[in-house]
Amino acid sequence: MEKIKLIIDGQEVEAREGMTVLEVAQAAGIYIPTLCSDPDLEPYGACRLCVVEIEKMRGLPTACTTPVTDGMIVHTETPAVNKVRCTAVELLIADHPGDCLTCSRNQQCDLQKVAAYLGITRQRFGKTTRLLPVDTSNPFFDHDPNYCILCGKCVRICNEVQEVGAITLTFRGYASQVSPFGDKLLLDSNCESCGECVAHCPVGALIPKDARQPTQEVETICVYCGVGCGIYLGIRNNRVVSVRGRREGTVNNGSLCVKGRFGITEFIHHPERLTTPLIRRGGELTEATWDEALELVASKLANYEKDEVAVISSAKCTNEDNYVAQKFARVVLGTNNIDHCARLCHAPTVAGLAQSFGSGAMTNSINEISNAACILAIGTNTTEAHPIIGLEVKRAVRKGAKLIVANPREIDLVRFADLWLQHKPGTDVALLMGMMGVIVDEGLLDSSFVEERCENFDAFRESLKNFDLDFVERITGVPRSKIAEAAWIYATNKPSSLLYAMGITQHSHGTDNVIATANLAMLTGNVGKPSTGVNPLRGQNNVQGACDIGALPNVYTGYQAVADPAIREKFEAAWGCSLPSSPGLPITGIIPAAYEGRIKALYLIGENPALSEPDAGHAREALKKLEFFVVQDIFLTETAHLADVVLPGASFAEKDGTFTNTERRVQRVRKAIEPIGDSKPDWWITCQIAQRMGGKGFDFTHPFQIMEEIANLTPSYGGIAYRRLDNGGLQWPCPTQDHVGTPILHTKQFTRGKGRFTPLDYKPPMELPDDEYPLMLTTGRSLYHFHTGTLTRKVKGLNVLRGEGLVEINPEDASALGITDGEMVKVVSRRGEIEAKARVTEVSPKGVVFMNFHFAESPTNLLTNSALDPVSKIPEYKVCAVRVEKITPANIK
Amino acid sequence: MVTFDEIRSQARAEWETLEHSDKPHILVGTATCGRASGALAVLEAIKSELAKRNIEAIITQVGCIGLCYAEPLVDVVKPNRPRICYGNVTPEIIPRLIEDYVINDNPCPDLALGTIGDDSIDGIPKLFELPMLKPQVRIVLRNCGIIDPENINHYIARGGYSGLVKALGMKPEEVIEEIKRSGLRGRGGAGFPTGLKWEFCRQSPGKVKYLICNADEGDPGAFMNRSLLEGDPHAVLEGMLIGAYAIGATEGYIYIRAEYPLAIERLELALRQVAEYGLAGDNILDSNFSFHITIKQGAGAFVCGEETALMASIEGKRGMPRSRPPFPAQSGLWGKPTNINNVGTWGHVSAILQRGSNWYASYGSEKSKGTKVFALAGKVNRTGLIEVPIGISLQEIIYGIGGGIPDGKRFKAVQTGGPSGGFLPASLLNLPVGYEELTEAGSIMGSGGMIVLDEDNCIVDTARFFLSFTQAESCGKCVPCRLGTKQMLDILEDITNGKGKLEDIDLLEDLAKDIVAGSLCALGGTAPNPVLTSIRYFRDEYEAHIRDKRCPALVCSELISYYILPDKCEGCGICLRDCPAEAISGGKRMIHIIDQGKCIKCGTCLDVCPTRFSAVVKVSGEKVTVPSKPIPVAATKNAGAPTNLGN
Repeated sequence: MEKIKLIIDGQEVEAREGMTVLEVAQAAGIYIPTLCSDPDLEPYGACRLCVVEIEKMRGLPTACTTPVTDGMIVHTETPAVNKVRCTAVELLIADHPGDCLTCSRNQQCDLQKVAAYLGITRQRFGKTTRLLPVDTSNPFFDHDPNYCILCGKCVRICNEVQEVGAITLTFRGYASQVSPFGDKLLLDSNCESCGECVAHCPVGALIPKDARQPTQEVETICVYCGVGCGIYLGIRNNRVVSVRGRREGTVNNGSLCVKGRFGITEFIHHPERLTTPLIRRGGELTEATWDEALELVASKLANYEKDEVAVISSAKCTNEDNYVAQKFARVVLGTNNIDHCARLCHAPTVAGLAQSFGSGAMTNSINEISNAACILAIGTNTTEAHPIIGLEVKRAVRKGAKLIVANPREIDLVRFADLWLQHKPGTDVALLMGMMGVIVDEGLLDSSFVEERCENFDAFRESLKNFDLDFVERITGVPRSKIAEAAWIYATNKPSSLLYAMGITQHSHGTDNVIATANLAMLTGNVGKPSTGVNPLRGQNNVQGACDIGALPNVYTGYQAVADPAIREKFEAAWGCSLPSSPGLPITGIIPAAYEGRIKALYLIGENPALSEPDAGHAREALKKLEFFVVQDIFLTETAHLADVVLPGASFAEKDGTFTNTERRVQRVRKAIEPIGDSKPDWWITCQIAQRMGGKGFDFTHPFQIMEEIANLTPSYGGIAYRRLDNGGLQWPCPTQDHVGTPILHTKQFTRGKGRFTPLDYKPPMELPDDEYPLMLTTGRSLYHFHTGTLTRKVKGLNVLRGEGLVEINPEDASALGITDGEMVKVVSRRGEIEAKARVTEVSPKGVVFMNFHFAESPTNLLTNSALDPVSKIPEYKVCAVRVEKITPANIK
Repeated sequence: MVTFDEIRSQARAEWETLEHSDKPHILVGTATCGRASGALAVLEAIKSELAKRNIEAIITQVGCIGLCYAEPLVDVVKPNRPRICYGNVTPEIIPRLIEDYVINDNPCPDLALGTIGDDSIDGIPKLFELPMLKPQVRIVLRNCGIIDPENINHYIARGGYSGLVKALGMKPEEVIEEIKRSGLRGRGGAGFPTGLKWEFCRQSPGKVKYLICNADEGDPGAFMNRSLLEGDPHAVLEGMLIGAYAIGATEGYIYIRAEYPLAIERLELALRQVAEYGLAGDNILDSNFSFHITIKQGAGAFVCGEETALMASIEGKRGMPRSRPPFPAQSGLWGKPTNINNVGTWGHVSAILQRGSNWYASYGSEKSKGTKVFALAGKVNRTGLIEVPIGISLQEIIYGIGGGIPDGKRFKAVQTGGPSGGFLPASLLNLPVGYEELTEAGSIMGSGGMIVLDEDNCIVDTARFFLSFTQAESCGKCVPCRLGTKQMLDILEDITNGKGKLEDIDLLEDLAKDIVAGSLCALGGTAPNPVLTSIRYFRDEYEAHIRDKRCPALVCSELISYYILPDKCEGCGICLRDCPAEAISGGKRMIHIIDQGKCIKCGTCLDVCPTRFSAVVKVSGEKVTVPSKPIPVAATKNAGAPTNLGN
């Protein structure tokens, strides 16, 4: 890149080619007023405030659109420039309502700022007034076009960055305005309510409905998905009143999705928050003191044998909470029966990638995705489940990357894809092996990488022979030409990044699926380099951390095996006790054991198995059979209703700690307000129980002490300390205090030494459609809700945007059943039946129905199959056989 | 593969056969302008009359020859007779024309405008010797009204596509040189040297380059492009093909507004014809040159005539201009190097390659070579589409070609360049029409609109009208254009409504200058021109409106009043009966009175008052004394002077 020198206002400044005059001036600290330029957006040149004079150029060019050239001489404040600027601002003011004091953007308004900067004190022009209707349809924000200055930022962010295109400029001349397609209401448009338009609006045209301004802001991490977006919680009077995306040192660069921006404040202060411990007395949960509750829990748990108790901790809790929970299980209860919901989402990732690479986590970083030359997104509805990573994918496509989407459903990403492989649910191994067959046959593999960095290739190559394209086409339903095309695109556009999520893992052969993705990446040399890799997108905010920290039945922190005597000795020495040597039960073993009476007592933190377990009806029965059941949560969940003791936890806004996001980044969670009511941080509660049971080493007074202990015992977290996490956190492995973290894994060698190719066979899903249950049910997330809705269903606006479970069904299937869009239908599987509203849509292929699992009213997991992957013990959420029935007046409940 | 020589021989033979046919040949101008005047009814009348009389004749529909004032036009060619052009033809006179001339050989000189061709007929002037046509130089319009625009052979027979053949025999750089030598400048209005523009695009790196024909003609009262596309579409296509070859473009677009259905239909047909003849598509005329043309219909946004907005529209986006640089020649349509020229420019290009740059450069002025087409409209005797050498004076156009102002009225101003142009007063009638000269005078060449105003036009109101157009057609993107023109419009409305303040004139001028300096594109940059020039040349009219509350042209309704002169009113009751506002009181033989509070200034009373009375007057800035209530007619006559009866 050529260095350019230019003179701005007499000051010599350096610039890179391609920069605009505005960018260079801003970098040099020279202020040029503007209302329409934004670092997130392409130059626009509409407000005309950034006009400057440039020697040897005609007229008054706009700084925001003019590229710098060597030797350019720029004057940013001449009489001619000021004249045009002042007139433009006067015109805007004449056309802007003058009620600044009652405008929620008062003092944060860019129009006020530029007017003040230019010293506008007169008004030569008559007041013009628009009387356009205010759109209040969106539950989170209002659009008042009368305040709009037509800077176009909202339209541009919606089109250029979000690529949703919900709003556009409409009409012409003075009548120009911003409105959704067809001048409809926002609620009736395809707006996703991400609120980026609101965040970018420089005036009061797009304003949050609840626009109270905070007196203080606290930096923390969003509590929804595994992306780990940086946010500021705005505080006043010990209440969280606002959420704003953080730009510096974050994965999200300031962007947020609808849940992060609008779905946090309401649940924190929801009236249904648990504020006091509850003890079941006479069949009813009644209020109790902490002393009573803790004493009861401690004394009861002490009564059971080591194998009769289990702990389920939470991927929504901090690393510190989880560390204390697993230490409690092992040290105090003397059992490895500790697990959490990663079992239900990414257990195959941990197992499969550990087998192939040596460590089970995202190999690369989120911000590398946009630099990939090819992205293969398989089994991930990225824009819906990981919206901010979805933006990275869109950015990559804008920059020219090839996108291959492999998904049975026509998800939103298909709009951006060069190639869409619509394979049948549960046929991922066949699809990927088919692609790998082409890569090997056509010589597209990276032979030197395979040879030097990997092992067991010959055996693997042998297994490819079972996947000729005729077979693969028959199994997957994808034409062989498309499979070959995908192979070519993936193998020849490097770097190639592979993204996957639950569509890969939640199968009875989930580990095989994961291994197939690892094989593909190794085969083409797409591991250990920037913008490559196998990138599992993890679901919950701290599911990576809960795994890292050892809330698993077979490993301590940092995946150190309990069965390894040396490791065990290390932990026994540190914790001052003897530890059980055999791995404990996973969740999917604990629940059946409870049903069978082998597990008698359960301490469950921040989980909702009554909705989230497969075959949930069976899971509820199991929980009911427990002799003693403790639930610790922030709300009285469907599961907490079954408990003997309920302990009120503090939300993420009320405690300190760390979350580890999907790219292994350990980030600081900061206490913004005091705990609501008499709720307590989870780590504190567990420590109290432990101490009452005589446990040693639970006398922590602040979570930083817990992290110190973690760092001491965990090589990959060895360099993690709170004081080092202030500027965007650290990515593990971070073994020492001076290590800068590891954005890319396996760069020089794989964690396990050589990458291991594993031969694979095709295994069909455990339950396939038949005459009785002719349709395949697959499940997934909605953009507007999270997990079992414990948090998001508490947010009114999110329920307005999506208030109920929908059964997405193909028009052909619907018409064969006489079902029309919007009618209530019954969905029946071998395990249960539920009712929900039908959405007739071609997004679902023929023969496949799709449901979210967030809604207690239509608990989808009553239907799903609890068949397990033999390696990772994950249940087969993604495929089961159902039938859909029309509800006739006779069978309405 | 048929060679071009073979195609040309065949076309010439067809043309010859037509020229020397032993059947009568009747040509009807059925372009949109002709149709608007009833040409299709005339055509039907001709067909049925011929059928009725069992006459075999050849009927050809031709484009517009530009004599709008005389539409519909019908030409009749009889064997061995010159072609006679008849004007203002109606279906009613068709039987006579056929009876008298087609059958009986009486050419009806009273109906004829003129003859076309070498021979002449007594009593009928030569058409191209008429004052309307004599000063014109028809280069772009060479075939309009002469050939059948739907027949490619007619175009080829008259030299068409020989320019393309010539270009293909040259190096692309030589073609660009030829265009540079011709001195051709952009006929869309900006006047950028065409050859230079092509050179920039040719030199831009990139394999894919686009070429665009801007046919988004949107000025009120301008129809240069429409006429050319309807009358001779191949002249434009040939120009595009030559340009594409010179630039190295492989894809072309014609961006045309959907309001031009006939032009679109004829372009589509012409595109099928060139494809069939191998003159467009892959390996044109067996060369390595390939070029494909697509027609893109616009939805009629004025701003889409701006090249960056036009490209956005082709890309499927809202038609809004963007800042330059980058210029289209570097990064245009879909980010690729793109060359855009106006319909008219392409029409010139084909002529230049057919007849050479030296021939072309022999027309025009020192700085601007060749000709320019104008749509001459407004208060002028002979309206029409004219093509004149650049450098001709306004006087020659308005008085020579246009025949001066009708009804002996006084010339007030001519507005050139459409709504973005300016008013030029009588003192500038000797101004040579050229890019620099017009800009100097505060106006622009523009795409070619030329509207003549007379003393009955209010300059302030006309400026307001043009500004209301540009304000409504602003894309709304940049602040000066969207809000500045709105403020200007509000001020002008105040002035025409009698609510203006003297300082408004300075404010208008000041704001207008900031809009010109601050706007993103040429729409905003030129929108204030009518206001700026009207203040520059007609400041007194503004002052009359503001200071005297007087509209000198008696146009601004808030500033005019209608009165019934008591000494002339005979109390006939017609005005009273017709007044839609029931503002007139009076009775039989009573002097009628207009209630000024109720009067809506519609002028009905003035229109209906019998001319033998002429009792109603329209005045501005003056008061007429009238009785306070109706009184008998006789009373006033007896009482003598009406002023005595006032109160």
